[in-house]
Amino acid sequence: MKDIIKGKAYVVGDSIDTDQIIPAIHLVYSMKLPEERQFYGRYALCGLPEGEQGLPVGNVPFTPPDQFKSEFTFVIAGTNFGCGSSREHAPFAIQEAGAEVVIAESYARIFYRNAVDGGFVIPFESSMRLVDMIQTGDELTLDTRTGILSNATSGAEYLLNPLGDVAEILKCGNVFEYARRAGLMA
Amino acid sequence: MAQTITQKILAQHANRARVNPGENIWIDVDILMTHDVCGPPTIDIFKREFGESAKVWDKNKLVILPDHYIFTEDPHARRNIELLRDFASLHDLPHYYDVGTSQYKGVCHIALAEEGFNRPGNVLFGTDSHTCTSGAFGLFSTGVGNTDAALIMGTGKIWVKVPDTMRFVFEGDLPPYLMAKDLILSVIGDIGFEGGTYKALEFDGKAVFDLSMEERMTLTNMAIEAGGKNGIIAPDEKTFEYVRARTDHGFEPVYGDAGATFFSERVYDVSKMEPVVAKPHRPDNLANVSEVAGTKLDRAYIGSCTGGKIEDFMAAASILEGNEVRIDTFVVPASSEVTRQLRERTMNGKTIWQVFLDAGCKMGHASCGACLGGPVDTFGRTHGTEVVISTTNRNFPGRMGSKQAAVYLASPLTVAASALNGTITDPREVLV
Repeated sequence: MKDIIKGKAYVVGDSIDTDQIIPAIHLVYSMKLPEERQFYGRYALCGLPEGEQGLPVGNVPFTPPDQFKSEFTFVIAGTNFGCGSSREHAPFAIQEAGAEVVIAESYARIFYRNAVDGGFVIPFESSMRLVDMIQTGDELTLDTRTGILSNATSGAEYLLNPLGDVAEILKCGNVFEYARRAGLMA
Repeated sequence: MAQTITQKILAQHANRARVNPGENIWIDVDILMTHDVCGPPTIDIFKREFGESAKVWDKNKLVILPDHYIFTEDPHARRNIELLRDFASLHDLPHYYDVGTSQYKGVCHIALAEEGFNRPGNVLFGTDSHTCTSGAFGLFSTGVGNTDAALIMGTGKIWVKVPDTMRFVFEGDLPPYLMAKDLILSVIGDIGFEGGTYKALEFDGKAVFDLSMEERMTLTNMAIEAGGKNGIIAPDEKTFEYVRARTDHGFEPVYGDAGATFFSERVYDVSKMEPVVAKPHRPDNLANVSEVAGTKLDRAYIGSCTGGKIEDFMAAASILEGNEVRIDTFVVPASSEVTRQLRERTMNGKTIWQVFLDAGCKMGHASCGACLGGPVDTFGRTHGTEVVISTTNRNFPGRMGSKQAAVYLASPLTVAASALNGTITDPREVLV
């Protein structure tokens, strides 16, 4: 886990489900082969209705059409982010697009687990409703050690919730290294 | 101190006398299930972490049920089946249910029940969020991603955070116009889409134990739609009878202690409940059918793990028999066993299959079908601005294919009644 992460914000609403993060039609691609896995970056968050793509204005695709990478590093979301299916393709797609952090008011549990155990994106939680305070395109800097998030565009600073129990797994990189340290695998 | 059934099962599988809500523990897994969408990437991660020639931890405990993208020409989807077939062959897996053979089952959650893998007291994980369905048999079951499944595949172990339990008690006698789908949609509407996040949802009360195993599975299936970690119903004689008819494998039932602490408790009198729908585009967007009656529809869909069981079709057929649907109505059996029963069981001298055909329904093959959209050639998938009423479990934007489509979720009775009129219809209007 990097100490400092800098980049642009992409803001979405509440209860963004996994069909909006990566629609089921795209789940057929290999997550291993480089020529195929890049399509998860292309289609990340493409299931959002157009008006809800990049708030507050909307109509900002997370990854531009025909591109594989997004210009956004942070996904800022409301409550219950990642609800719905157990598809690990969801946090994987966000990572594959090039984003590193999701900051939501709350998460659906399987998405949260998948993000942590697979080491795809860091799922921070915020007690504040950041989706009303941050706009798509804002320049953010996050110190993962302190949880302090700075918005260079607005000048505001926010304290995110501690990562808690999952910090150990995030530091290990993924659940396999965590399991090795617990003596559960070679 | 007293513990809930969920706590006791988890404690047993952690070799402990007691576990407390909020604790992170490592547990032993009895059954791991995967399918064609998440199986191949799980296998890739398993090989990456445990080695190309690694053996699965226990091949008798791994169940692979291709079910999602089966009847499609999509080349990538077809390749996923090949990858599962190769892996099953290489590892000589006894519980692989191959496409295109008499072994093929269909929707994994229903097949797990039919094949006797849902055993009281067990811990079952699957790479599908509706794995919580299995909890109807008094076991701990939940969905995980590919990474967690790969860890289980290699070690037989996984970490879990012990959940608090929310208890839902259903009292009274269920009227003939209500089904388990009405009960669970009401619960989700009451506590909200994330009202059960990280919680065990336990269903209890006379009206629950009056339900068949299939109807109980409809309750636990949709625990995830309230964010629940698992749905669970204590086992009883009906459970034991169902399981023993399908497996010789032993099991030890587990029951919650009297006096266990619940995070919350809600009591419903089912005799006073109403047929309900979840309006677009959220499963907690609850309304009584009477509030939306008359809404014009383009399509009806009867199928999926939650609404494609034989009893779901018997209920729909009781309304459609001798009548004709006014809108496109898709019938997709959850499993090949359900298909077989549709062709065997009769109503007024006709097979149930024929009842649907004569009513003008379009008949599909056993699979997940259009419940989750799927490849463009999926039977029943939406492609435009269709307004659909469906027995499935999710109505997020784009869930059944098109982002512009609008999906209402309802019981098989309500869907069948609505198919007859072409508008949302209370089943009481057409039930004789």
